[in-house]
Amino acid sequence: MTQGPAADRGPLFFRDRDWHPPAYTPGYKTSMTRAPFRPLVAMGSTLSEETGPAFGQSMIGRLDNNLILNFTGQPAIGERIIMHGRVLDETGRGVPGVLVEIWQANAGGRYRHRKDGYAAPLDPNFGGCGRTLTAQDGSYEFLTVRPGAYPWPNRVNDWRPMHIHVSVFGSGFAQRLITQMYFEADPLIARCPIVNTIGTAKAIESLVAPLDMNRAIPMDCLAYKFDIVLRGRRQSVFENRPEGM
Amino acid sequence: MQRLDYLKETPSQTAGPYVHIGLTPNKLGNAGIYPQDLGESPIGPGALGDHITITGTVQDGAGMILRDALIESWQADAAGIYPGNDPRGPADPAVTGWARIIADFDSGEWTLRTVKPGRVPYPDGRLMAPHVALWIVARGINLGLQTRIYFEDEDNDSCPVLARIEPRERLRTLIARRTGPGAYRFDIRLQGADETVFFDM
Ligand SMILES: [Fe+2]
Repeated sequence: MTQGPAADRGPLFFRDRDWHPPAYTPGYKTSMTRAPFRPLVAMGSTLSEETGPAFGQSMIGRLDNNLILNFTGQPAIGERIIMHGRVLDETGRGVPGVLVEIWQANAGGRYRHRKDGYAAPLDPNFGGCGRTLTAQDGSYEFLTVRPGAYPWPNRVNDWRPMHIHVSVFGSGFAQRLITQMYFEADPLIARCPIVNTIGTAKAIESLVAPLDMNRAIPMDCLAYKFDIVLRGRRQSVFENRPEGM
Repeated sequence: MQRLDYLKETPSQTAGPYVHIGLTPNKLGNAGIYPQDLGESPIGPGALGDHITITGTVQDGAGMILRDALIESWQADAAGIYPGNDPRGPADPAVTGWARIIADFDSGEWTLRTVKPGRVPYPDGRLMAPHVALWIVARGINLGLQTRIYFEDEDNDSCPVLARIEPRERLRTLIARRTGPGAYRFDIRLQGADETVFFDM
């Protein structure tokens, strides 16, 4: 019996640039000077995009995915939540062993960062980052506190909805993705210029995590579910490539 | 008719100004969570090949140097094999190939210390000139930017990827200038005159 192509090999699906936010989005002012104006040079992926860094369990500490405890060992203040989901690719296959990193403001909306001077206080027990590797089925899980909304300098009274920043690797470097998870029913989502860099309501909805009472733990924490989808790979035994590529 | 049941890729959102909290907490000064930041170096002791240093900045369309840019690099070893899932592997065990680099909080300058990668085949078997792939994120960048560092002292003329760059004068934005033995300069311009070539690959 012949084996199919390995799951972490093969050309990447083309990115749907109409689904992602465009680079130049005047509602989000900083993008105006940081957006390339020239057209991107578009072509199919090569080995440089199809291969990518691998991370091992030995790099991950026991509390790395527990933001409530991973800063000082004493619990952070805030609404306790589980954030969980699966990393899939566009073919629906779970992607195992990939690194998921998150960062966020504390329950008051304040970041532990030299550039954040918001009035809400730092929580001495909240660092604000976590990381984990996906399991065989692509699933991942974090325990954290729900981040607060916070104001930011853009228009005179812009506020970010509650959100968690998410960074994810695939098996290929050009699957690399950073995004933000929002929370069901937050009225600030619709008003947010960063959310609205995305052109379609459907794409925006895919960043909003629903409350998931099946994963909530009674008398302990609520849960939100956030699946992440990476670019797929074209896998065909008819792929027109020299042997070994 | 049957339905194509592909999922859509998760849409990107900017990494924002606080990306360091998540990806390089130790460099930010938030020690105590991770013993060290990931991607400190793309090479370990004993990596084979020419050891080089690439330095540069990321500049916006107003001529400002970004102090909040984060770059990740990915490259083959000196023989042109990628670590991990390269079907032609294995690569030099002392090369991880991946680094996470941040612009200096004050000067905006970034530095990558690595080995010069070898040539890697394009899908049709022709060889691409030695290059380091980059992925750039920052506040104001809605979707990570893909570009490549090539080297001025290599034969870049036959590279099938560089052959696609038009107009030809833009090609120089992808080529690191040699500033000394093993030292290169690569400044990235996000917008405007001399805008760096970015890829959709
Ligand atoms: Fe944020």
